Amino acid sequence: MTFSETPLVRRKLRQESIAKWIFAAMSAAMIIPLVLIVGYLIQRAWPSLSVSFLIDVPARGMRDGGIWPALVGTIYLVVLSLAVSAPVGVLAGIYLNEYAKDNWFNRITNLAVINLAGVPSIVHALFGLGAFVYAAGFGYSIISASLTLAIMTCPVIIASTREALASVPRSFREACWNVGATRWQTIKAVVLPNSISGILTGVILQVSRAAGETAPIMFTGAVYFKAVQRGDLFPYGLREQCMALSMHLYTLATQVPDVKESIPFATAVVLLGAALLVNATAIIVRVYLRSRKKW
Amino acid sequence: MNTSLTSRPTEKGPAVQRIVRPAWSIWSERVWEVLIYLCGISAIIFVVGIFFFIFKEALPMLGKKDFSLTQFLFSEQWYPTSEVNKRYGVLAMIAGTFGVTALAMLLAVPFGLGAAIYISEFCGAKTRETLKIVIELLAAIPSVVWGFVGLTVLSRLIMKYTGAPVGVNMLNGGIVLALMSVPIIVSIGEDALKAVPDSYREAGVALGATRWQLVWRVLLPAAKTGLLAAVLLGVARAVGETMAVLMTTGHAIHIPHSPLDSVRTLTANIAAELGEAPAHSDHYRVLFLTGVLLFLITFAVNLTADFIVRGIRRK
Repeated sequence: MTFSETPLVRRKLRQESIAKWIFAAMSAAMIIPLVLIVGYLIQRAWPSLSVSFLIDVPARGMRDGGIWPALVGTIYLVVLSLAVSAPVGVLAGIYLNEYAKDNWFNRITNLAVINLAGVPSIVHALFGLGAFVYAAGFGYSIISASLTLAIMTCPVIIASTREALASVPRSFREACWNVGATRWQTIKAVVLPNSISGILTGVILQVSRAAGETAPIMFTGAVYFKAVQRGDLFPYGLREQCMALSMHLYTLATQVPDVKESIPFATAVVLLGAALLVNATAIIVRVYLRSRKKW
Repeated sequence: MNTSLTSRPTEKGPAVQRIVRPAWSIWSERVWEVLIYLCGISAIIFVVGIFFFIFKEALPMLGKKDFSLTQFLFSEQWYPTSEVNKRYGVLAMIAGTFGVTALAMLLAVPFGLGAAIYISEFCGAKTRETLKIVIELLAAIPSVVWGFVGLTVLSRLIMKYTGAPVGVNMLNGGIVLALMSVPIIVSIGEDALKAVPDSYREAGVALGATRWQLVWRVLLPAAKTGLLAAVLLGVARAVGETMAVLMTTGHAIHIPHSPLDSVRTLTANIAAELGEAPAHSDHYRVLFLTGVLLFLITFAVNLTADFIVRGIRRK
């Protein structure tokens, strides 16, 4: 006796494969733009892409030359904002995962973290302007801009730290408590070493977020143009304004007429490349660590 | 018998040797824990601080005689810099924000949920990992780069294929926002589908359902609240996005009538005019009031999404 497909079975199989192809096409519809955009930007940027583009200063009223001042400004902003948001975010994540009891106060803290992550970037800009530029008296400066960025990146670091800590099994902590260690000793000796890689991945991802944001720094410390020496590593003081890559791209794209064709594209490629590189690094680290996980 | 009695810790028994930690160790632990507590509540301080500082700058405006909140919300007359009869109505911007967001969701929701279904139900483990990485990379593209792509690439395509006189319009902003909010819809949507117990799928398969029937009749109804949360978070992302819409929607302050009209959103309006508004002027304060409005909108949307997600997790 052989099994033969009845018309009903055949119809069902056909239905199933059609459904599969439709959903696959929908997924592909998200990948194709990514590939096309990256490819197109690189192609248009090609004439300008070189090392000297990175370390040259803008010339002829930003219509030519390189992006050095913006590149250094972005590094300043990212490093300073992470110097604030990484410790605060990681410690907050430790509090929420290791210390907080399930009561109304900590539920409110959780809601605050979620809502902070959802605050629009332009609202962060308004806050930075009101709080750091005027109320705190920092003026339009690198400090104001980095603090604004720090508050914006903080909730995501909190969330990823919590996730990393929560993935350490409870039995690890219990074993440590049972030999008489206090909560903090347990965290220091057992929990953190076992989750540090996850925490670092979360912090790394915020590098690209902080580097890519424009709105929060636009009104707190980034300027259209600032004269800087070619290749100068420390061109800005903390109370000064600075250029930034994202802001520079916005300026080139919308405010400066007759820019050399490939320059805004090359700026976009540098920004995009940095963001994708940072994310790819984080992904590779994560995959590698997952393969080595012992539990 | 006797030995066990004597070894019981009594006052007469042998002195119990206690290990004493050095004082610095105890103190440093205390300092760390206070620090951890302070950072732990920092999120509350930040949220309250954000609301306080924005509201503080906006508040003086509410008491002014020539300003009314109803006019602010329900008038489309936005003339903040005219010499006489300044009018601050943001209705056109509200319409712009909702128009662009609706258009973005029209594109992002079917594709996002479709991809979420494909990732969670149809494809193999390798494809799944690849797709998730691609989606993560898609989410990593800075908004100013999206804006630049909309401005230079999409606008030309739109002019070519629709015959619109200007390429920076609601459609352009909608497409860019769709691409920006699709990653969050996919990842939250996939979580929601994964939360449906496997027994549901097994029961469906045992009844001879095809996978399409399984998705349509079992999984979508079972995961609908989670999928709703995914859509809401996508909406919040689209409403709050600034740079991309600033560069792609074209800055025309009027209520849009077709997708090819240029519009201005609430976020783009702040970004475009804050630089020109003199500090602490009326214009400046109205922009902060717009910020309060935006804060409240996204706050409400995020809170709703969070309640939904939390409700599912408790189940």
